[in-house]
Amino acid sequence: MTEKTTRKAGAPDGWEPRIAAFLCNWCSYAGADLAGVSRIQYPPNIRVIRVPCSGRINPLFVVKALQSGMDGVLVSGCHPGDCHYISGNLYARRKFALMKNLLEYVGIEPDRVHFSWVSAAEGVRFAELLHKVIDSVRELGPATKMIKQVEAVR
Amino acid sequence: MSQIQDQLRREVAKLLEEKTVDLFLGYEDADLPLKTVARFIRTAQDADRLVWNRSCTANLAALLPQAFKKPAGIRGDWTPPRVGVLAKGCVSRSIVGLIKAHQIPREGLFILGVGCDGMIDRHHATQLLGIAELVEAEIDDGALRLRATGGAERVVDVSDVLADACSVCRFRAAVLADATIGDAPDTQEAAERYASVATFESKEMDERWAEFAAEISRCVRCYACREACPNCYCTECFADETEPKWIGATTDLSDLILFHLGRAFHQAGRCVDCGACVAACPQGIDLRLLNQKINQDVEALFGGDVSVSLDEPEPLCQFRMDDDQDFMTEP
Repeated sequence: MTEKTTRKAGAPDGWEPRIAAFLCNWCSYAGADLAGVSRIQYPPNIRVIRVPCSGRINPLFVVKALQSGMDGVLVSGCHPGDCHYISGNLYARRKFALMKNLLEYVGIEPDRVHFSWVSAAEGVRFAELLHKVIDSVRELGPATKMIKQVEAVR
Repeated sequence: MSQIQDQLRREVAKLLEEKTVDLFLGYEDADLPLKTVARFIRTAQDADRLVWNRSCTANLAALLPQAFKKPAGIRGDWTPPRVGVLAKGCVSRSIVGLIKAHQIPREGLFILGVGCDGMIDRHHATQLLGIAELVEAEIDDGALRLRATGGAERVVDVSDVLADACSVCRFRAAVLADATIGDAPDTQEAAERYASVATFESKEMDERWAEFAAEISRCVRCYACREACPNCYCTECFADETEPKWIGATTDLSDLILFHLGRAFHQAGRCVDCGACVAACPQGIDLRLLNQKINQDVEALFGGDVSVSLDEPEPLCQFRMDDDQDFMTEP
C-alpha cells in the first residue's frame, strides 16, 4: 500500500480511519468486486456491508455505525434510473439528503458521512471514490462525538 | 373561550345523544394548574367534563388509532365505534396524516373543528416563577395570573408564554372538519417559522454539537414525546426493539442521541409541528430543534405542505427523478 498519510495532529500514531461502507448488491458491491478482480488497488480502510438495495439502508444504520466507533460511513447504490428494484435508490436519495443535513446540523463533521452512486461497471471509479472518501475522513482525524462511552450490556 | 366551551359541551352532548358518535375525544381539566388531559367521553351527561382553554396542548390525534383497534378480549365480529374528536388546526392536520397512513378510517370519524389562538407552554410559565411551584393560574382577557407557593403572584401576557410551536402556527382552524364551533380565526402567515433553526445553524459546528449534546443529555428516556406524538403509531418502536438493539439500556449520550435522531427522522415529512412532544417532555427539552430542521429541509427540497391534502402522498413516499443530489460525493 503506497498511501500518502496526511495525519491530523492529535491522531494517535499509526491511526487509520475505519469506514463502514454500505454497498448495494447490484451495482456498488459489483463495482467493488470489479475493482478487485481488475486488481485495482485501494486502501483497506473500509468494512463492506452488502445490502440488497440502497433503499434498504435505514438512515439509522449510519448513526449506529458512528456510535459503534466508525470514523466514517460510505453509502453507495445504483445510479438514478438503474435501480434493480426500479426506484429504491430514488426513495433512498430523499432520506439520505435529510439525514446528511441533519447530522451536519447537530454538529457532526459533514465529511464523516458520504453518499455516492457507483455502477457495476465503475471499478476504477470505485477505487478513486474510496481514495477520496478515506482521505477526507483521515483529514478529520478519529471520530469522537458519537462514540459510545459505556460498554454495551448484552 | 368559555362561550366556545359551552358550545362544545352542547354539541358533544347532542352528538352522543343522537348516536352520531359512540365516543368523543376531548380535553378534561387535570389536577395541576395550566394542565389538561385527553379524555374519551361516552355519555351525554359526561359532556360537561370537557373543557376548552389555553392549556389544551395535547395532540388528540395521537389517541385515535387505539380507539379503532379491536380490544384484545373480544372474539368474533366487532364493529368499530364511530369516534368524534375535537380538532384544532394541528390536530386536524395530524388526522389527515393518520388517514393517509391507514391508521384511522375517515368514515368512522366525526371531526369537530375548533379555532385555536395558541396554547400556553407550562414550562415557560413556571420558569417565570423561578423555583417556586405554580399552584394556581387564571386567565382574564389575555392576562395570565400565576400564583406560586408562598402566595407570590405574577401577571403576564398570555402571548409571552405561548408555546413556541403555537407562536409560529399557520393553521389555527381545522383543515378537515365535519362541523366547527367558535369563530374561524384569521389565518396568519407566520413570518419567521424557522427562525430558531437559522439561529442554531449560524453557530460554529462544535458549538452546535456542544449545545445539542447539552440539550439531549437532559433526556431521561421516559418516551413521553413518543407517546404524545400522533405519528408514533408503530406497533413496536425502534427504541423498544431488541433484535437489533438500536439503543442500549444506558444513559450514555450516544444512546440518547440515537433515540432522538431516530425519532426525529421518523417524523420526516409527517411532523405537523404541533408541539405536543415539547409540552409532554418533563425535562423541557426543545425537541423542535430537530423536527423543525427536518421540516424546513423537507419543504425546501421536496416542496409543499402535504398535511392539508388527503390525496397527496407524504414527501418520503414519493420521489422525482431530478431530486436534489448536491449533498452527494461525486453525484
